[in-house]
Amino acid sequence: MSAILIVEQVLNGLQSGVMLFLMAAGLTLIFGVMGLINLAHGSLYMVGAFAAAAVAGATGSFVLALGAALVAAALAGGIVELVVIRRLYGRDHLDQVLATFALILIFSEGTRWLFGSFPLYLDIPDWLAGPVTLPGGIQYPLYRLALIVVGLVIAAGLGLLISRTRIGIQIRAGENDREMIAALGVDISRLYTLVFALGAGLAGLAGALVGAIQSVQVGMGEPVLISAFVVIVIGGIGSIKGALVGALMVGLTDTLGGIFLPELFKLFTDPAKATATGSAFASMAIYVLMAAVLVWRPTGLFGARA
Amino acid sequence: MSMKTLMTAAALAALAQSAGAEVKVGMITTLSGGGASLGIDTRDGFMLALDKSGRDDIEVIIEDDQRKPDVAVQITDKMIQSEKVDVLTGIVWSNLAMAVVPAATAQGLFYLSTNAAPAQLAGKGCNQNYFAVSYQNDNLHEAAGAYTKEAGYAKPFILAPNYPAGQDSLNGFKRFYDGELAGEIYTELGQTDYAAEIAQIRASGADSVFFFLPGGMGISFLKQYADSGVGLPVVGPAFSFDQAILQAVGEAAVGVSNTSTWSKDLDNPANAAFVAAFQEKYDRLPSIYAAQGYDTANLLVSALEKADVSDADAFRAALAEADFDSVRGKFSFAANHHPIQDIYVREVIKEGDIYTNKITGIAMEDRANAYVDECSM
Amino acid sequence: MIRERTVNAAILALLVAVPAWAQWADEPFTITLATRVVIFAVAAVGLNIALGLGGLVSLGHAVYFGLGGYAMGVLASHAQNYSPLMEWPLQLDGTKSMPVIWLTAILSSALAAVAIGLLALRTTGVYFIMITLAFGQMAYFFAISWPAYGGEDGLSIYVRNSFPGLNTLIPIQFYGLCLAWLGVVLFLNARLARSSFGLVLTAARQVPQRVEAVGLDPTRAKLVALVISGAITGLAGALFADLNRFVSPTMLSWQMSGEIMVFVILGGVARLFGPVAGAGIFVLLEHLLGGISEYWQLFLGIILLLIVLSGRGGVVGMLSGRGATHE
Repeated sequence: MSAILIVEQVLNGLQSGVMLFLMAAGLTLIFGVMGLINLAHGSLYMVGAFAAAAVAGATGSFVLALGAALVAAALAGGIVELVVIRRLYGRDHLDQVLATFALILIFSEGTRWLFGSFPLYLDIPDWLAGPVTLPGGIQYPLYRLALIVVGLVIAAGLGLLISRTRIGIQIRAGENDREMIAALGVDISRLYTLVFALGAGLAGLAGALVGAIQSVQVGMGEPVLISAFVVIVIGGIGSIKGALVGALMVGLTDTLGGIFLPELFKLFTDPAKATATGSAFASMAIYVLMAAVLVWRPTGLFGARA
Repeated sequence: MSMKTLMTAAALAALAQSAGAEVKVGMITTLSGGGASLGIDTRDGFMLALDKSGRDDIEVIIEDDQRKPDVAVQITDKMIQSEKVDVLTGIVWSNLAMAVVPAATAQGLFYLSTNAAPAQLAGKGCNQNYFAVSYQNDNLHEAAGAYTKEAGYAKPFILAPNYPAGQDSLNGFKRFYDGELAGEIYTELGQTDYAAEIAQIRASGADSVFFFLPGGMGISFLKQYADSGVGLPVVGPAFSFDQAILQAVGEAAVGVSNTSTWSKDLDNPANAAFVAAFQEKYDRLPSIYAAQGYDTANLLVSALEKADVSDADAFRAALAEADFDSVRGKFSFAANHHPIQDIYVREVIKEGDIYTNKITGIAMEDRANAYVDECSM
Repeated sequence: MIRERTVNAAILALLVAVPAWAQWADEPFTITLATRVVIFAVAAVGLNIALGLGGLVSLGHAVYFGLGGYAMGVLASHAQNYSPLMEWPLQLDGTKSMPVIWLTAILSSALAAVAIGLLALRTTGVYFIMITLAFGQMAYFFAISWPAYGGEDGLSIYVRNSFPGLNTLIPIQFYGLCLAWLGVVLFLNARLARSSFGLVLTAARQVPQRVEAVGLDPTRAKLVALVISGAITGLAGALFADLNRFVSPTMLSWQMSGEIMVFVILGGVARLFGPVAGAGIFVLLEHLLGGISEYWQLFLGIILLLIVLSGRGGVVGMLSGRGATHE
């Protein structure tokens, strides 16, 4: 296996990691600030992708499509927060799980009702299409490089938002002591709606960005949702930094495990059997990683609270 | 929605006269969730053929299996126990077929497969009451192997998801392609990102790529492959280039060779009539699932013309004759009740605004399947 | 307001009367549906012991359900093909005997629960939910890609397994078996709740420090609850696989975990008959709505949402007019 291939695979792992981060950041914020476990976060990812596909189809502009994804998902998130989620803050996790499970059904079938059962078309814009040659002669798709950059920029922006702005201070205060910030006169219900919409918008943006190189279809959000859960458990729930580190770890483990495990098994058995067995274990790699982290640190790498 | 209402009305009308109905057909197919488009096409093709046959004594009960095996089993029980159907049909997915077909045929029912035809049901587990009207699952992969060899590719890279149908696919390919492979990988079922696999293809020194990635997996792979600039010729089975999903793949699919038992430009009168009637009734182009559904219904009607379903032996013999005008042209059954048919090579093209396929050649002529000898029927 | 005991009696009466009527009216499919309800109820009673008694929100109970299913599938498929299960170190054959299959299902899911519990119980709250979910996914992906037992295709058994003295292929007889098991696990659940172990669990849920102070280990109590819970759900998995004569990785999927949890919450957490009512209502909704519209899951979602938002204590709680029994 050549060094070029390994570098390329590391880039691939990074890219899937930063996209996972966009999902995980919202989940972890929503849990950190409101104490809410949101199974329907994957649905917002799907809403973003569908909105982007619809707008790109109508206008032909990818940038407009991304904007639409962000707005549509944030709007859907805001509405859901006002109508449903708001009533769940005081409830135990059990009710939250059931209610957001019901929301998945509503979003999925509602989307199918609106857009039909066929996958939608969404493609990379021409100005981002095709591969570029990196130093060392590595051919790498420009769009995936752009995804890495966009993801890291958003991560940095989110970090600044939380550490430097007024709203960020409120969010951090909310994570630490909910009663206290209400006592300080912060409009807590407005803050909650805002945080939920922000998380939803990030998920929607990720859906649109990833939708351009994947299939835009009903149910696309659930596999990502579960990976995002793994990410925030590894990183520590409520921690943005943890979400970033966790996302990169999961992205790299998933990508590299899928390549090296079958190679490893080839040392012991015949190639056909090794690829099948190796792939079987590779699909479990991120869960094993999570279990290992939890044995070591039961509240994740950067989690403060149990 | 309006079509659904129409369907229900037709079903209700059929129900009203069920006293006089001669045959009851239970259709179990996927109408909700991710794979719904395939089930909807199967159903629409099947019902179109029944409409055109003009027979009003065939009652069809349609139920959604949600692509869940346990739901499919439950519906089967219902259709057998309360509806007392004579014939079952419609299942899209092999794993659902494996859950339903052995038990149903063991209870003496007829099962006509509109799509799924796993190896187990063609070989040792074959049954005299089970007819696959579509193909045997391996067929399109075998044809892709044959085509790869014939086209002169010497080092294909092959990949499929890591589940039984994926393993059958690569084995089928290798059955007719016996040369060197640049690589062979199994991906995760439901995987959406193929960057790692594409990098391996690039590094492998392959001269072509064969892939079997049904549904959304294929859409993702093709888009990412086109964008990667690897640019090697691609061969695949029809599933990822079917009318139902081609529009979602778009430009990335143009020029790709794929193997299929059917294409909308197949030149025979039955096919021309089918394509025109389907477009007129449903206002979209038919897919291979619609074509298979249509053929299945026509086979059923042709057998009913000759024999009564209550006379199982006569009805079975009538089915085995396959005396109907298939939209695929030549069509007959092998000893294990799977088709003998030509398998074509198609190329994806753009017609106006619509992506579709045109036939470029024949990959295999009169292909039956690899399991005939294992079946003791 | 009706008392909870009256509601329970009514549920029990329905479980006997509906299949009896179906048998008389020759509606075998109604019996099949009722069997589905009873089996789901057994699975949900299992989860309710973890949820209601132990306060352990496990979103991975499909692991036990699926393991039970595969216990049946693996044993019966080996018996069906006359191939030994293993030859070394000792010859083991498959079996089509239900009691042996049940025992295997119970033991293997109990073992899985020990393994998962030892890891998962290091965490609490939302971490616990997610780690159980992740273990479920791990088992699911493994089952899909491991080719030995059918992978995604699953395993088909042509004839239902046997129970001495009964013809299990006759729907009402198999229903009777399942109903008997439901009775057993409900009895077990009721005894458990009133036992001293139940008291320790309740205390471990509410004030773990106090349990530790009297020299008991709250984590061990929770582990025992999880193991009992997993074993019961595993048993239900074996019954469910026998009902369908089929097992596949779908039984291990996280949607399955979600559904089992929906049964419990729909009926009422920590209520003895809650899971039974929940399973009944879910199967009924699925059956009725599925007949009305292709988009029935949309309506199912709305109904579920309204039930969660409108009140506490699930359907049994609404009927008997008391709030949730815990907290």
